[in-house]
Amino acid sequence: MREQFFPAFDWHTVFIQPWSEYAVNSFWIVLMGFLVAGTCGLVGCFVILRRMALVGDAISHSILPGITLAFLITNSRDTLPMMLGAVVAGVVTVALIEAIRYTSRIKPDAAIGIVFSSLFAIGVILISVFADEVDLDAECVLYGELGFIPLQDIAYFGEIVIGPEPIVRMAIITLIAIVLLFAFFKEMIVTSFDSGLAASLGINPTRYQYGLTLFLSIVIVSSFESVGVVLVIAMIIFPGATALMLTDRLPIALVLSTVISGAYSLIGFHLATWLNASIAGGMTVIAGIVFGIVWAFAPQRGLIATFVRNRQIMEGSALNFSREEK
Amino acid sequence: MPLAQTDAESKKIAPPLEIHDLTVAYTKRPVLYGIDLEIPKGSIVGIVGPNGAGKSTLIKSVMGLLPSASGWVKVFGKPFKQAVTRVGYVPQRESVDWDFPVNALDVVLMGRYGRLGPFKRPNKSDKNIAMACLEKVRMAPYAKRQISNLSGGQQQRVFLARALAQESDLYLMDEPFVGVDAATESAIIEILRELQTQGKTLIVVHHDLTTAPDYFDRILLLNMRVVAYGNTKDVFTFENLQNAYGGRLSILSEVALSRARKKAEGDTPEDSLR
Repeated sequence: MREQFFPAFDWHTVFIQPWSEYAVNSFWIVLMGFLVAGTCGLVGCFVILRRMALVGDAISHSILPGITLAFLITNSRDTLPMMLGAVVAGVVTVALIEAIRYTSRIKPDAAIGIVFSSLFAIGVILISVFADEVDLDAECVLYGELGFIPLQDIAYFGEIVIGPEPIVRMAIITLIAIVLLFAFFKEMIVTSFDSGLAASLGINPTRYQYGLTLFLSIVIVSSFESVGVVLVIAMIIFPGATALMLTDRLPIALVLSTVISGAYSLIGFHLATWLNASIAGGMTVIAGIVFGIVWAFAPQRGLIATFVRNRQIMEGSALNFSREEK
Repeated sequence: MPLAQTDAESKKIAPPLEIHDLTVAYTKRPVLYGIDLEIPKGSIVGIVGPNGAGKSTLIKSVMGLLPSASGWVKVFGKPFKQAVTRVGYVPQRESVDWDFPVNALDVVLMGRYGRLGPFKRPNKSDKNIAMACLEKVRMAPYAKRQISNLSGGQQQRVFLARALAQESDLYLMDEPFVGVDAATESAIIEILRELQTQGKTLIVVHHDLTTAPDYFDRILLLNMRVVAYGNTKDVFTFENLQNAYGGRLSILSEVALSRARKKAEGDTPEDSLR
């Protein structure tokens, strides 16, 4: 029997030490967490609105065989082959789901389950069979490890030190996400809201559907070494889902999801430091707690606001009723 | 030779919509078979037929949303893709997610997207046009309302305003009268007539036989094939309706039908129901 379930909370080790003794490492970790959650969150807003959340989960699992095969073929862990492997796996996943859906009586949710579990299993088998050749740590692929980020190679711009390579890579993906968002905002809105109208306006909805899928695969593969393939779906769904509970306007939801992602990263980091646990796990626990709070207390759509409003309506009609009776 | 003359005329000005031998199939089973149609400019055409007759399918395949097995569609003498900006579309209200985080004005602004090039955002004048269109359907006070907080009739009017914002010459409307209140119904009719006087052409999918003869000057009776097409007076007869609906015409709708017939044939003295 353990005497204490949780480690003792010590203000100094949890909040002061990370930002004094280990300030540089902490900064990189929190920044990476923010870039991952923020980028996943921006893409995630559209994934949620298009009801593709399960497809996102499927892609995050099926990139495992994609990156393993890419590794076996090229024998390197360079970014480009990994990305290509992931994108191919993502497209194959979506194509297989659609194929099963349209050529059999299987419904989409079951089709998603069939495709991603079998692809994921192929990945697991590949890693164990080629364990000697594959320098991929299954644990790291599944759960990620933000704590290792500051230990990675440092990227240089000429002579100038920029920062750990994974962070530079993620920052580029974030930048591309923002540029794409501004460039195709109206197309994304109209294809997500009303694909029939989009097509009648000459905006091909299928093209944007696959574009989003492709970019989602890229974001997932860039994020998995930080948060792992299992928890990346949390970073895709939580920021958007929480933001959409708070506002009725998509642009505001996108900004809010970014702010919320920052909170996950910072608070999750401190939670993980306190409990000496996985940082991605800490971020996801915080994401769950934040969602719970918003679900209960959101000003318009929260449980309490809805309850109070319904009570008021009922009391109002009861009042009218008693008045009429008199 | 009147036939040759009309031929020459139609060559001068291409009709808003011309369909030739269109066949559409869902997984091998045809849902539309050999559709031949020509819609004249400035008409309000009602597409009427039983459930599953392919009314929405026809509109969707005109816009290339569904692949056709054979035949062709021409919009103002061109394939649909080259005439996109001349066609406005009002989809069925249930086809979209009304919880989507946009307000009424945002939805109407989408009607302008077809005219903006890639990478361009709607500007001030697009917003003014969108507001004017909301004004026309008497929805301007609700411009900033999130769309789920609107009634069914108001949502339909927002869709109509969006079609107006497309500033098209041919409008395709899928069941715009379903589930709307009386005020919305008259507002829609008013706008359809106004568009007609501006020389626009309107094609409206409709399932209510009692109102169809009041709303449309031409009717297309559809049941997988074209059962009848032409002026409402000529098409809206008991025989044609029975051909389109088959045995599915219930006693209730027969009553409605006779009412509709009286209206359509108001100027014919003798009643030739049998």
